[in-house]
Amino acid sequence: MLKINNIQTYYGNIQALKDVSLEVKEGEIVTLIGANGAGKTTTLMSICGITPPRTGDITLDGDSITGLSAEKIVQQGIVQVPEGRRIFPDMTVFENLEMGAFLRTNKQLVQQDLNYVMTLFPILEKRKNQLGGTLSGGEQQMLAISRALMARPRVLLLDEPSLGLAPLIIKQIFDIIKQINKESNTTIFLVEQNANQALKLADRGYVMENGAITLVDDADRLLENDDVRKAYLGL
Amino acid sequence: MDYFLELFLGGLTRGSIYALIALGYTMVYGIIQLINFAHGEIYMIGAFVALIVAGICTIYGFAGISVLVLAAIAAIIYASAYGYTLEKIAYRPLRGAPRLSQLISAIGMSIFLQNYVLLAQTPDFLPFPSLIPEFAFMEPVAHIVGSSELVILMTTVITMILLTLLIKKTKIGKAMRATQQDMSMARLVGINVDRIISLTFVIGSALAAIGGVLVASYIGQVNFYIGFLAGVKAFTAAVLGGIGSVPGAVLGGLVLGWTESFAAGYVSSDYEDVFAFGLLVLILILRPAGLLGKARKQKV
Repeated sequence: MLKINNIQTYYGNIQALKDVSLEVKEGEIVTLIGANGAGKTTTLMSICGITPPRTGDITLDGDSITGLSAEKIVQQGIVQVPEGRRIFPDMTVFENLEMGAFLRTNKQLVQQDLNYVMTLFPILEKRKNQLGGTLSGGEQQMLAISRALMARPRVLLLDEPSLGLAPLIIKQIFDIIKQINKESNTTIFLVEQNANQALKLADRGYVMENGAITLVDDADRLLENDDVRKAYLGL
Repeated sequence: MDYFLELFLGGLTRGSIYALIALGYTMVYGIIQLINFAHGEIYMIGAFVALIVAGICTIYGFAGISVLVLAAIAAIIYASAYGYTLEKIAYRPLRGAPRLSQLISAIGMSIFLQNYVLLAQTPDFLPFPSLIPEFAFMEPVAHIVGSSELVILMTTVITMILLTLLIKKTKIGKAMRATQQDMSMARLVGINVDRIISLTFVIGSALAAIGGVLVASYIGQVNFYIGFLAGVKAFTAAVLGGIGSVPGAVLGGLVLGWTESFAAGYVSSDYEDVFAFGLLVLILILRPAGLLGKARKQKV
C-alpha cells in the first residue's frame, strides 16, 4: 500500500537517509526499530512531506506522493502521530481534535469519528474543555492518536508512542493501536525504540542503523534474531 | 475631574489606535517570529489611499460619514494587497533563512515603501479632510470627548470584537492559532501554513489601514513618514503587552496611550515620549516577556 523506493533525505549537506526502501501492506502493522539518530523520525517526515527526499520515490497504492505538500499527503490518507505528541498546548482537547479533522468537510462523519475516539479513550470526553498543555503525558499521547484518527487515516504513522510513559500506559496505548488496526482496518507503521513491545505488536519489522535499513523480517523472527536481541532487546 | 476624564478618554482613543496597529506586529510575530518593520508603512499607505479615495468621493458629491466608510473600505483592500505582496516577495523567499536576513529584508521594505510614496506622491504634508461629523448628541460632553474620539473608539472596539471572534470561533482562526503554537504539527494535520501566514499579513494590514484612516482624519494630515512614528509606538505597545499575545497588544496599546496622555496632561507634552519609552524600559526590566507575554519554556 505504502511503498518507499530508494529515498535519500538530507538536512543541508548531511545525509540522514541512505537509500531507504520499505513497504507497508494494507492492513498490516509494520514497525521500524533502531537507535537514537538512526533516521527513523526522518523516514516518517520524508513520507509526510515535511523533509522531502532528494531522490527516490514514495508511492501510495502505486501513485507517487513524492514532492506533494504536507497537506496533500494528509488528504491522501497518510497521517502521522509525531514524536513527543505535539499537542497544541493552548487549545482545548476538543479543538485539538477539531484540528485533526481540518481537511474534512462531512460534519456527520466527523461527529461519528469524534464519538469513536471518545469511546477509545473515555478520559478525553472528561477533559474535553481542558487545554491540551495541561494533560498528563499519557493523556497527551491518547489525544495525539485521537487527533490523527480524526483525519480518518488509511495509513497511520506513529513515532515513538511509548516515549516517556509508564509501562501500564504503554500497554494500554499498544492495545489500542492493535484495536485500531483490527476495527477500522487501518494500516499502521510504527516507529519505536521500545523494540520488544513494538515487535510483539507488529506483523513485520525493519531495523535501521545510521540512516539505512539493515534487516527486514517477520516480527517474531526478529524477536528471535541474535543481533537484534543483543543490540535492541538488551538480551 | 473633568480634566482627568478628558485625559483618560484621550489616552483611551490614542491607545486603541496603537492597539489596532500593534495587533499586526504581534500576530505576525506570533506566527513567524519576525518583526515586520514595514508594518508602519502599510498603515501610512492605508491613510494615503483613504485620502485619495476621499478626494474622489467628494468630487462625486458624497459627504460626511459615507465618504469615511468608502475611503476606509478602499484603504483596507489596498493595504491588505500590499501586506499580502510584502509577505510574498520579501519574507516568503527567506523562510528558513537566519532571522537577521528576514529582519534586514523587513527594514529594507520599510525604507522602500516610504521612498516609493515620497516619489509617487509628495514630500509635503497633505491636508486630510475631516470626515467625522460633530454629532449633536455629543454636545453636552463635547468638552471632555469629541465625536471623532467616539467614532475611533467604537470602530476599534467593534474591530477587536470581530477579530476575537475570528480567532476563537472560526475554523480559519483555529488554524491560525494551531500554526502559531506548532507550525510543523499544523502542517501534519493538513493546514496550508503558507496560506495562514498570508492571511495573517492580510488581517494585520487591514487593521493597520483602519488605524491609518482614523488617525489621518483625526489629526487632519498625512505624509510619507507618518508610518515611522506610528510604527515605533505600536511596536512599543506590542512589546509592552508581550509580543505574540493578541490581548497583550490591546493592553499594551491602552497602557501606552494612557501613559502618554497623562504625561502630556500633567507634566508636559514635550515629555510624553520620554514617559512612553521609559515605561517600556521599566516593564522590560520587571517583566521581560511583557505584561501578558509568556516566557517561552525551552525543553532541553
